[in-house]
Amino acid sequence: MAVTPIEQLGKDALRTKGWFGAYKWLILRRISQAAIIGLFIAGPVGGIWILKGNLAGSWLFETVPLVEPFVFLQMLAAGMFGFLTTTLIGVAIVVAFYALIGGRAYCAWVCPVNVITDAAAWVRRKLGITQSAKISPHTRWWMLGAALVLAAITGQLAYELVNPVSIVHRGLIFGMGAATWLVIAGIFLFDVFIAKHGWCSHVCPMGAMYSLIGAKAAVKVTSPNRAQCDDCMECFEVCPEPKILPPALKQGMKQGLPAMVTSHLCTRCGRCVDICSKDVFAFAFLTPGKAAPAESGKGSSMEEEEERELEKAS
Amino acid sequence: MSRKINRRRFLTDMARTACGVSLLTLGVGIHARQASALPPEYIRPPGALDEEEFLSACIRCGICVRDCPYGILKLAELGSDNPATGTPYFIARTGPCEMCEDIPCIPNCPTNALDHSLTDITKAKMGLAVLIDQETCIAFLGLRCEVCYNVCPVRGKAITLEFQPNKRSGRHALFIPVVHSEYCTGCGLCEKACILEREAIKVLPIRLAKGELGHHYRLGWKEKAKRGGSLVNPDKPHEFNLPEGVRYDYESGRVYRVDEAPDKIGKSTRGGKALPGGAEKPPAEQMPGTANPLDVLNRGLQEAK
Repeated sequence: MAVTPIEQLGKDALRTKGWFGAYKWLILRRISQAAIIGLFIAGPVGGIWILKGNLAGSWLFETVPLVEPFVFLQMLAAGMFGFLTTTLIGVAIVVAFYALIGGRAYCAWVCPVNVITDAAAWVRRKLGITQSAKISPHTRWWMLGAALVLAAITGQLAYELVNPVSIVHRGLIFGMGAATWLVIAGIFLFDVFIAKHGWCSHVCPMGAMYSLIGAKAAVKVTSPNRAQCDDCMECFEVCPEPKILPPALKQGMKQGLPAMVTSHLCTRCGRCVDICSKDVFAFAFLTPGKAAPAESGKGSSMEEEEERELEKAS
Repeated sequence: MSRKINRRRFLTDMARTACGVSLLTLGVGIHARQASALPPEYIRPPGALDEEEFLSACIRCGICVRDCPYGILKLAELGSDNPATGTPYFIARTGPCEMCEDIPCIPNCPTNALDHSLTDITKAKMGLAVLIDQETCIAFLGLRCEVCYNVCPVRGKAITLEFQPNKRSGRHALFIPVVHSEYCTGCGLCEKACILEREAIKVLPIRLAKGELGHHYRLGWKEKAKRGGSLVNPDKPHEFNLPEGVRYDYESGRVYRVDEAPDKIGKSTRGGKALPGGAEKPPAEQMPGTANPLDVLNRGLQEAK
């Protein structure tokens, strides 16, 4: 089967898996994103204090501290060492959580900016905008370094003055001002008209940091049915980091790579799982240190299996 | 060949990214410079570290905002006229700190940006109230107000009333509120309560409200008290420039004529040199003359008439 034209995107999945099957992970993500905002607002509005504060720092059930590792890194870079044991415990809990489930799950399941940039990607597709400014995906590493250097030079959390992630999130929980709407509009327009997946997959230093935290995460997108792949390319169209897909698909199969997305950049958004009408992808919890999941075997020839065995042995 | 092109492209791409990020960094850095001074009408919650440290410790989580039972704390919006984005503040005129005894905004602060060692709210230093306009404060106009004095939670210590003669009427007193920095916490209740259209008493950041003595300054009277006597020459009583035959008693604050004084007093105040002190000195109420120096000084004039 040939490459699916853009206006046909997702139609196959709808036909074969039904509406819920074709949007399952997207729906779950939206519920997760809304629930997190909701839990932060339930306290001040309804007196139900499950989460107090915001993503930068919070108290879970008023007993468990949570502190965002990116602001903590900036704190250290700014030379502030007068923090509390609570601060360290909070950072450790958050880091441990994302190290397990995949650092950039923060991007897809928690971060409110994701909703803006997903909306922008949708608008891009609907308007048929294909041109995109060439921004290096490595920009985020420069940004991460720059945020820390800025903190060191200014002696304050300077990047937090303009960090759209914390500004938007804080706006949702503590009230939106005109400036917050401007930031939202800025990110949206940047992603629509300037660069495809511009903010989240190229620039955002928080995503860069979380990708490092989750480099060895246990939750992975696997591709047990990759032999069924018919090259429709729909997953490449919806994936915010399409460069990470080939090793999990046929190309990886030829090279004997494990049937999963191994890159630390994967956001675990599950759009590839949803959109594939052949059910190539699946989520899996892999105990760290264990081998990649066995391929379902459907369609993969004996020769290929043998080749993989040989490569493993060598 | 293709490798060369790749390397060139790699280098130009890298330079592009580096330049872009550097420009962005520069912009943010300049903004940070501008935004690092807290505008004077914005006051940090109690226990906040010095502004410079606070900006490196506060992670802008808003937990203090949630824990303030009076809901006075807000988080700053992005903008160069505001405090640093996302940091907590209150504005005294619209919502002052109510000075809760248990200071609930502090203990849940996850980073010690609000100093957990502050447990006594009367020791807080959020700012300093300053009676900034003596032309509109109605106490200076001779009217009784004292609202700031009465609402002050550190009552009678942070703001006292000092009496001054009302020069306009010539026979009334002004009840002047005076702020004492030793006790003022900068809560802003006085600013909120000020009855004027625009407040005459304002809480200012301490950096704006307080002067600072030269570090080499030594206050003579304090040094003297510490040592228990004069540090240089032996003490000499002050010579007052009075008409001949008239003396001033330092302790009773009275002026009298030597020739009218009882004998023993005349002796003890010989030439004014034995004053003040002296074992034979009588109590102030036995001193000759009246409390008003003019009574003595004008006596001759009145007699002439």
